[in-house]
Amino acid sequence: MADLEQFRDETRSWLEANCPPEMREPVRGEDDIYWGGRRATFKNDAQKAWLEACVAKGYTVPMWPKEYGGAGLSAPEAKVLREEMGKIGARPPLSSFGIWMLGPALLHFGTEGQKQRFLNEIARGEIRWCQGYSEPGSGSDLVSLQTFGEDKGDHWVVNGQKIWTSYADHADWIFCLVRTDKENKYGGITFMLFDMASEGVTTKPIKLISGSSPFCETFFDNVAVPKSYGDDVPAYVGTINRGWDVAKYLLGHEREMISGADGGERQAAIGAAMKRHASKTGDEIDPVLRAELAQFDVDALAYAAMGEKFLDEIKVGKAHPAQPNMMKYAGTELNKRRHELVMAVGGSRSLEWESEATESGKPAKNWLRTKANSIEGGTSEVMLNVIAKRILDLPGA
Amino acid sequence: MPLYHNEDQAMLADTAAGFMAEEGNIAKQLRHWRDRNCKDGFGHALWKQMAEMGFTGMLVEEADGGLGMGHVEAGIVLEEIGRNLTPSPFLTSSVLAATALKHGSADLKGRYLPGLIAGDSVFAVAIDETAKHRPSRITTRAEKSGNGFKLSGAKSFVIHGSSADMLVVAARTSGADDDADGITLFAVPKDAAGMSHDAVRLVDSSMATHTRFDGVELDGDAVIGEIDGGRAVLDAMLLAGRVGAAAEGVGVARGAMDMTVDYLKQRKQFGRLIGEFQALQHRASHLYSEVEIARAATIKAQQLLDGGSAHAELMASVAKAKVAKTARLAVQEGVQMHGGIGMTDEYDIGLYMKRERALAEFLGDANFHANRVAELSGY
Ligand SMILES: Cc1cc2nc3c(=O)[nH]c(=O)nc-3n(C[C@H](O)[C@H](O)[C@H](O)COP(=O)(O)OP(=O)(O)OC[C@H]3O[C@@H](n4cnc5c(N)ncnc54)[C@H](O)[C@@H]3O)c2cc1C
Ligand SMILES: Cc1cc2nc3c(=O)[nH]c(=O)nc-3n(C[C@H](O)[C@H](O)[C@H](O)COP(=O)(O)OP(=O)(O)OC[C@H]3O[C@@H](n4cnc5c(N)ncnc54)[C@H](O)[C@@H]3O)c2cc1C
Repeated sequence: MADLEQFRDETRSWLEANCPPEMREPVRGEDDIYWGGRRATFKNDAQKAWLEACVAKGYTVPMWPKEYGGAGLSAPEAKVLREEMGKIGARPPLSSFGIWMLGPALLHFGTEGQKQRFLNEIARGEIRWCQGYSEPGSGSDLVSLQTFGEDKGDHWVVNGQKIWTSYADHADWIFCLVRTDKENKYGGITFMLFDMASEGVTTKPIKLISGSSPFCETFFDNVAVPKSYGDDVPAYVGTINRGWDVAKYLLGHEREMISGADGGERQAAIGAAMKRHASKTGDEIDPVLRAELAQFDVDALAYAAMGEKFLDEIKVGKAHPAQPNMMKYAGTELNKRRHELVMAVGGSRSLEWESEATESGKPAKNWLRTKANSIEGGTSEVMLNVIAKRILDLPGA
Repeated sequence: MPLYHNEDQAMLADTAAGFMAEEGNIAKQLRHWRDRNCKDGFGHALWKQMAEMGFTGMLVEEADGGLGMGHVEAGIVLEEIGRNLTPSPFLTSSVLAATALKHGSADLKGRYLPGLIAGDSVFAVAIDETAKHRPSRITTRAEKSGNGFKLSGAKSFVIHGSSADMLVVAARTSGADDDADGITLFAVPKDAAGMSHDAVRLVDSSMATHTRFDGVELDGDAVIGEIDGGRAVLDAMLLAGRVGAAAEGVGVARGAMDMTVDYLKQRKQFGRLIGEFQALQHRASHLYSEVEIARAATIKAQQLLDGGSAHAELMASVAKAKVAKTARLAVQEGVQMHGGIGMTDEYDIGLYMKRERALAEFLGDANFHANRVAELSGY
């Protein structure tokens, strides 16, 4: 414990010296988030300095081993770092699907060569990844996917279409599920990694109800994907035709992340903040709305306790392997309720779509965005199916 | 502290689960005493056995002959009590009254704790005066008289009131009905002259009383804690009781859920197990999520209370409110998914529904505690 306290002191002074004041302001818009990648530009010098300081220290991926660009922190140390960053309101230096999704899969399934190359690139924010799972005909029933890679010896020729590929138009590389054996449903999928600049890859944005368009349809037209990028750097993760195992592992991570179990804002109570907000704008919160806020806070604080319990149990291997599905279900449904309440407290003001007061419709756009929480990464209905089968052991299909 | 049971606690949980399932089960206790129209609503032999297990005095400090355990441990026993619907004075005696007596004089402790620890005594707490929990308002009065007090007023829904060897009574010794200050707690012995009980059986077969105090004369040494300064003791007692009631509620919810999920795996309709129908699967899965979350909130509240945290009160209300809603969902879904037989007395699922309703009202219902959460959060 004394060590942890020392680590806290060191972290505090390091943050004091390295986190620029501009990076301690709340994130206001998309361009306040740095996603990295070949084509990325910094919004300002502070953003650049903050990233570079964190990269040098391994703080873009604090728990990854040092040789792969991390800081090699233990879970309690990482928690201290999060807490100290939280206290000064520090922005995350880098957001990326590489960190959240591909990284954990490579740490688990990757070869040494893959880890050396890809993890370091991700940690430094050099390459931006996107996730090619869903297809127009394969969403919840992901394993029915049709995108096909024809084996040509030293490479595949990939044809097909993906959909909902978040930020595909900004991504440098894609981790992609491709069918390589048409006979075998689960055992015929390969988890491939390839460059979005490859000949035959095109993307087309999908506009969302929130007005923004971070999503794409992604088309593969005779894309040649080599089987290897060099010594010990295969172009696929795990084994050929065994990509489903990797995909499932990664989905587990994705669900944990979307659930907000690790302490995102969606866990916190909002009643007090909403009251402050309302009194600032001269509004009143009527008793029925207050009651709804109170009921919400009960659920949010209870969920926060569940998040803590879940993470504690994961650390010692006590959590049921299907528990992330439950966390994802409960967490995302809660988050949707949260934003319904934020809209209700704001009243007519929160309807303003293009106004300075709402920073161009931030409350409404956030509210609309949350509706996807219970769809992306597996829908709530699919989560409930998994709980029924794997945890409650109910019969049937 | 990690939010799961440590090794000792896990061992206690195993022991308590085995004991309650064996000795405290529905057939042996709840149905047995109910069908005999037992005036106590619980069995003294089981209470004695619980003493032998070391349960009755688990919250009593070691210096006073108890085990000096915490609310996590008491919660473990309560969860098993809830799961088996075991009628028992554990919550009123070993949690509520024991917490109050922590603040009592050495004399009071010496008089009452040995009986509790041995499983010979049963205690009740008399706080509420109306059908809804409202401890901020206390109208029962105790006036100075000689070197003691004269107690007058009435309390309602005193659980185990007529079986109790001692009642912890919250009365006003000064100030107006709604004042925070001016409360004093008294340990009123069973045979106090001027105390009368009007006993009623409740929906869950437990016994409660409407208790009247007509100038009950009490010695000065019946005072628990300080004269006029009883609010703090009352609050501590309520806090322990609420966290305990939440734990019991988790047990009720889990018991009802387990029964229901089992039933879904056995009952066939339309040539299939009804557990194959997605309409029921999703509701069962949702219920499971809620029960897990309610349980986590309860363990969190127990740990905060044991750690003396300033957040314990907020989390206790979160737990009580969350559990009340969750257990309600569990019993309602339980009866519904059992179909017609869920409505019969022969099947146990309806007993869970009855217990849930009584427990939800005890020490504040879901709305009361959601309101507390709002108040404690400053809105
Ligand atoms: C904002 C957002 C970001 C996303 N990002 C990505 C990404 O980066 N990469 C990527 O590959 N994908 C991404 N997705 C796709 C996402 O994973 C799919 O949308 C999701 O898996 C659901 O598939 P679907 O849209 O085809 O819906 P469908 O599977 O067609 O489902 C339609 C409805 O039917 C229900 N349903 C389906 N099957 C069952 C069943 N067996 N039982 C009961 N109900 C059922 C569903 O719950 C849903 O309500 C994203 C989606 C969104 C909305
Ligand atoms: C108070 C009372 C009075 C009654 N009076 C009469 C009477 O006078 N005469 C008479 O003949 N009967 C009577 N009944 C019987 C009543 O009609 C049945 O209880 C009812 O049809 C349900 O059947 P079940 O009890 O066998 O439940 P089940 O059919 O076993 O159902 C158990 C659960 O499974 C669900 N379930 C079953 N099939 C499906 C499915 N395909 N999809 C989704 N969920 C499903 C049900 O909704 C229920 O929640 C009475 C019942 C009660 C409780």
